[in-house]
Amino acid sequence: MRKSALILAIAPLIFAITACSGESGNTANTSSTSAPQGIKNRWDTVKNRGQLICGVSGEVPGFSFVGTDGKYSGIDVDVCRAVAAALFDNPDAVEFRNLNSKERFTALQTGEVDILSRNTTWTLSRTTSVGLEFAPVVFYDGQAIMVRKNSNVKTLADLKDKAICVQTGTTTEQNLADQMRKRGITYKPVVFEDVNITFATYAEGRCDGITADRSALVSRRSILPKAEDNVILDEVISSEPLAPAVAKGDTKWADTVNWVVYSLVKAEELGINSQNLAQFATSNDPDIKRFLGTEGNLGEGLGLTNDFAARIIKHVGNYSEVYDRNLGPKTKLNLARGQNQLWSKGGLLYSPPFR
Amino acid sequence: MTNLKLLWRDRRFWRISGQFLAVFLAVVVVIILWSNLNRNLQQLGIKFGFDFLKQQASFDIGETPISYKPTDTYSRALWVGLINSLRIAIAGIFLTTIVGVSAGIARLSDNWLVRNIALVYVEIFRNTPLLLQLLFWYFAVFLGFPKTENKISLWGLIYLSQNGAEFPWFTLSPEFSALLLGLTFYTGAFIAEIVRGGIQSVPKGQWEAARSLGLKPGLVMRLVVFPQALRVIIPPLTSQYLNLTKNSSLAIAIGYPDIYFVSSTTFNQTGRAVEVMLLIMLTYLTLSLTISVVMNLFNRMVQIQER
Repeated sequence: MRKSALILAIAPLIFAITACSGESGNTANTSSTSAPQGIKNRWDTVKNRGQLICGVSGEVPGFSFVGTDGKYSGIDVDVCRAVAAALFDNPDAVEFRNLNSKERFTALQTGEVDILSRNTTWTLSRTTSVGLEFAPVVFYDGQAIMVRKNSNVKTLADLKDKAICVQTGTTTEQNLADQMRKRGITYKPVVFEDVNITFATYAEGRCDGITADRSALVSRRSILPKAEDNVILDEVISSEPLAPAVAKGDTKWADTVNWVVYSLVKAEELGINSQNLAQFATSNDPDIKRFLGTEGNLGEGLGLTNDFAARIIKHVGNYSEVYDRNLGPKTKLNLARGQNQLWSKGGLLYSPPFR
Repeated sequence: MTNLKLLWRDRRFWRISGQFLAVFLAVVVVIILWSNLNRNLQQLGIKFGFDFLKQQASFDIGETPISYKPTDTYSRALWVGLINSLRIAIAGIFLTTIVGVSAGIARLSDNWLVRNIALVYVEIFRNTPLLLQLLFWYFAVFLGFPKTENKISLWGLIYLSQNGAEFPWFTLSPEFSALLLGLTFYTGAFIAEIVRGGIQSVPKGQWEAARSLGLKPGLVMRLVVFPQALRVIIPPLTSQYLNLTKNSSLAIAIGYPDIYFVSSTTFNQTGRAVEVMLLIMLTYLTLSLTISVVMNLFNRMVQIQER
């Protein structure tokens, strides 16, 4: 009996000790980074680590996808490589983490990843209540619907009372609801969390249509069995600006990511790519000189080297190289540049001046 | 001095002070965690609160037992999810009891074939992961059915197709059906073992006594053995009901909109991880405690009444 009383008395003590050690561990961490989550000093954290931790999807060919050789490729992946190139002069100083649509924001908020480059749509509420800071758009997309060719569905209205497969946790789900509400079309959403299961269910015939960003549909269609039996409807039901994001709290870090993305666009504007970079090094154009860091000290303002843009181009290329490599006509996806063309060619890509 | 010494040796003192210490420490830990959370949220510029529940959900739900439109609030959406969870839990508990008890009794059958079929069923379903079974029911069974146009008719009463199971009065979606069957057969295998163990725990003398009264085997089981076995069966059976209810959250894998699913979507769209997790925990806690209370009342009823 005494023994049990003793245990009763000791148990909370053990509890207290473990609780205290947890607490002291926390404070130690706090003092070393001076902000508990390390978000306030994300820039320093990344720089000291010598490696960028980048959250990607890993499941969308052309955007981020793990190939059979275990290597990551895609436009989202290249954005991270570009940031690493600017910071470390090494595009491979990146550790990729696969995140699903549910994990992605928490991973960023808690500082598990430094940057989220995962076909994420830039929205107002994500900026305000989710606490994200979006970098410039790297891909302008729109939501569409894919159906089977032999299904007689030609427009959205033909999907009345039909089942539509949707992936949850995306703006897609809400856009579809909005659009159908607007047009007074009733439908049955069949919603999954996992992108693979969503497409598998569609492929099995459970759903008459499947909705996702147009690019994602094209990309996933390429790995569907009997890809050619599926068509993507022309109607685009939303605008989806896909952009990388960082957590709010470190302006310097956000600026760095912003200007890395702008560098890709600016390089294309100036006609500089990874092949002809060397020729431009001796250019007399002051705009090019400032951009490549042979004149002025723009890079220092970001805490980088002045030639950070040149590093990016050397290792990753300019926007069009990135696009062509991952989404262009030489790839399976063969997506037309469309809106993702430079402003000077009728597209939406525009970089603020490097001065 | 002597007083203090006495206190030191007093068992009651230790008991009470131990309790106080435990409560105190628990409160301290909660406060530390809470302030830590608040500080972190503040840094991210996020406020803790449940106001978001009144916002418009703006997503649609596939199965809505109560009326629901995307213009309704998040709290309404969560209600829909809760009712969907209850539907699966109640139907699941009902069916799994039938399957489990039948299989448990069959395990002890004198008939070689019946006994071994039950054995194979139990071993297969008990030893493979539930998630795998759910995906099997969904993809291999339900999505394997023909399209609605060529649905399979079972005696003209039930029609099976990719759109689910159609009964004369209602239709069950493939997501609901797959989840229900998956949970039922998985949990049923465990219940079968519990029932078998319970029956075998009844002393042999009870069988013999019942038989010597001239009762037929069926009546021996129904009137003498099974009622006694229930005393052993009910407590672990309660655990299985709880497991079934909690396991229903795996619905998320096959697209059935239960409470966990709707909560996940809510969390995804609002970014309110902490609040939504608290809600989910509270919901499952309430469900589990309710089942426990009901089963405990039932348990008290079947225990030996001492006169």
